[in-house]
Amino acid sequence: MTQPILELRGLTKTFVKPVSVAGHIANLFGARQKKVEVRAAAGVDLAVLPGEVVGIVGESGCGKSTVARMLAGISSRTEGDILWKGVSDRAMTADQKRDFALQVQMIFQDPFASLNPRMQVLDIIGEAPVCHGIIPASEKRAYVTALMEKVGLSGAYADRFPHQFSGGQRQRIGIARALAVKPKLIICDEAVAALDVSIQAQVLNLFMDLRDEFGLTYLFISHNLGVVEHISDRVVIMYLGRVVEIAPTEALFSDPNHPYTRLLMEQLPVLEPGARDYQPIRGELPSPLAPPPGCPFHPRCPAATARCRAEAPALRPIAADRLSACHLNDRTAV
Amino acid sequence: MTAAERPLLSVERLQTHFHTRAGVVKAVDGVDLTLRRGEILGLVGESGSGKSITGFSILGLIDPPGRISGGRIGFDGRDLVTLPEAERRRLRGKDIAMIFQDPSMTLNPVLRIDTQMIEAVQAHEKISRQAALRRARDVLVAVGIPSPDERLQAYPFELSGGMRQRIAIAIAMINRPRLIIADEPTTALDVSIQGQIIHEVKALCRQTGTALIWITHDLAVVAGLADRIAVMYAGRVVETGTTAEVIRNPQHPYTQGLIASVPSRETRGHRLYQIPGMTPSLLNLPPGCAFSARCAHATETCRTAPELTETGAGRAFRCWHPVGDRR
Repeated sequence: MTQPILELRGLTKTFVKPVSVAGHIANLFGARQKKVEVRAAAGVDLAVLPGEVVGIVGESGCGKSTVARMLAGISSRTEGDILWKGVSDRAMTADQKRDFALQVQMIFQDPFASLNPRMQVLDIIGEAPVCHGIIPASEKRAYVTALMEKVGLSGAYADRFPHQFSGGQRQRIGIARALAVKPKLIICDEAVAALDVSIQAQVLNLFMDLRDEFGLTYLFISHNLGVVEHISDRVVIMYLGRVVEIAPTEALFSDPNHPYTRLLMEQLPVLEPGARDYQPIRGELPSPLAPPPGCPFHPRCPAATARCRAEAPALRPIAADRLSACHLNDRTAV
Repeated sequence: MTAAERPLLSVERLQTHFHTRAGVVKAVDGVDLTLRRGEILGLVGESGSGKSITGFSILGLIDPPGRISGGRIGFDGRDLVTLPEAERRRLRGKDIAMIFQDPSMTLNPVLRIDTQMIEAVQAHEKISRQAALRRARDVLVAVGIPSPDERLQAYPFELSGGMRQRIAIAIAMINRPRLIIADEPTTALDVSIQGQIIHEVKALCRQTGTALIWITHDLAVVAGLADRIAVMYAGRVVETGTTAEVIRNPQHPYTQGLIASVPSRETRGHRLYQIPGMTPSLLNLPPGCAFSARCAHATETCRTAPELTETGAGRAFRCWHPVGDRR
């Protein structure tokens, strides 16, 4: 078996809102204010193989972006391990750490907020590779121009500022910036969510072309199941900070195992005319401040049992390459 | 024509232009739409196609430098373009309501939900606070909000995005309007919440006989919702028809391209179809068909603007070389 390029083991992020000074004083007088904890990601395990496209799907607040930000080194983690090519980032030498940081790049959702409005495209794309000694400063312009052509922008625009470009073009600048440091893994956090359908198609095609050309691995985060189904090899479904199902794309879409995955798929709008009756998922995502006990999905699950309310199911293999966290799988096995 | 046959809304040759320093932006340039009572129309187009401006024009929400420069908007026998502002104001929120993309645009952040809903009722009817509150509660139940009494006491920031949008929909429905214009109401929401809202809005329109214009860039969303679809490009409606006709048998190359570029199971492992080029700037549109620069089938003929070709009841497109002819 090939070694995973990236492995997450029990990755957890807890955001803590401490008790304020006023709260401490109030506590002296008998008020019982406690610090508030939110587990944005609760023990995420995932292995990504080289060259794979892994889609991560979930509703807002499920922790998918938190996981991405921990990987890209934007936010710190509370617990767990990140292994890059088999080496835990806690055990890395300084050189390995630098390589890891360069080889994992991120493309953001909002092409308006993720580019510095006061920098020319030449510097936005060219700053990092020069700084890290990937190319000499004298070759910066040629390098940036070549990269711009690669992502479908004219190199003649290198001296322009971000506001002179459309949304789709800006997203291409973001892609060129990520590619500039020769990454191995690219994290796309809702990278096409803000784009029109026709521009989205162009950018998705570009991702696939670049994958073939540079041998890239993608972590593709999206709430759009249609996009994920199109682009991913494997799909991870997250709910309230936990992974509830992992499966190869085709298996997942033809035979979803977890009740949440099944409900998500029923919600997916399809280009199929005719009276479509949505069977809405009952209720909303519970607040991560007070997650329900047991299985986090049980209040909305049509098949919840007493056990689901008491005991959190573990993510377990249910078939080859497939994992799911649902008590119902035990019942069918018996 | 009797009142029952007459369309509820008939937009004819509507032109909304923005007079900017850089020139005249023809955001809406000759749009025709008709809508019968209780009908759901999906108005589809990409950013800058003029779909939202069409919606705003119907409500009379165009601010300078924008102006309705031509055409007529017939609503229930009256022309909204020439209607005095005071009368238009009486229609707005009563007979025609709007749902915006961002529910925080609709809700006042410093007022409780009940205050805002009672205000919406009392603005149009002489009715007691108690009766207005009862009505507010009833519509909250109708849009599927659990424990409506508590929600009425809440401020907008205490509610989730999906809940806020549902309250915005409830406020739009509260005066039992005859027409609702919904501008990308589910774009900012999760798929599961989107499913719930589409389900509820559709059921409500069927029950109350309210007509609905659902503005969106996502054909897949309106495919399961709308009775008819109108596709807009560069300020014009380029194709209309029943939902099934437009999606199964698109005639305009732009509609065909839009449908082909939606990722799905069938496209897995293949490149997506992509419409070449970009939406043209509305400041200097190419002469003739605005889509010709991106169209694979454009010829010399396309330098003159194509007229609307009608091929059946409510089925029309604006193209010299429709897909059907080429087969």
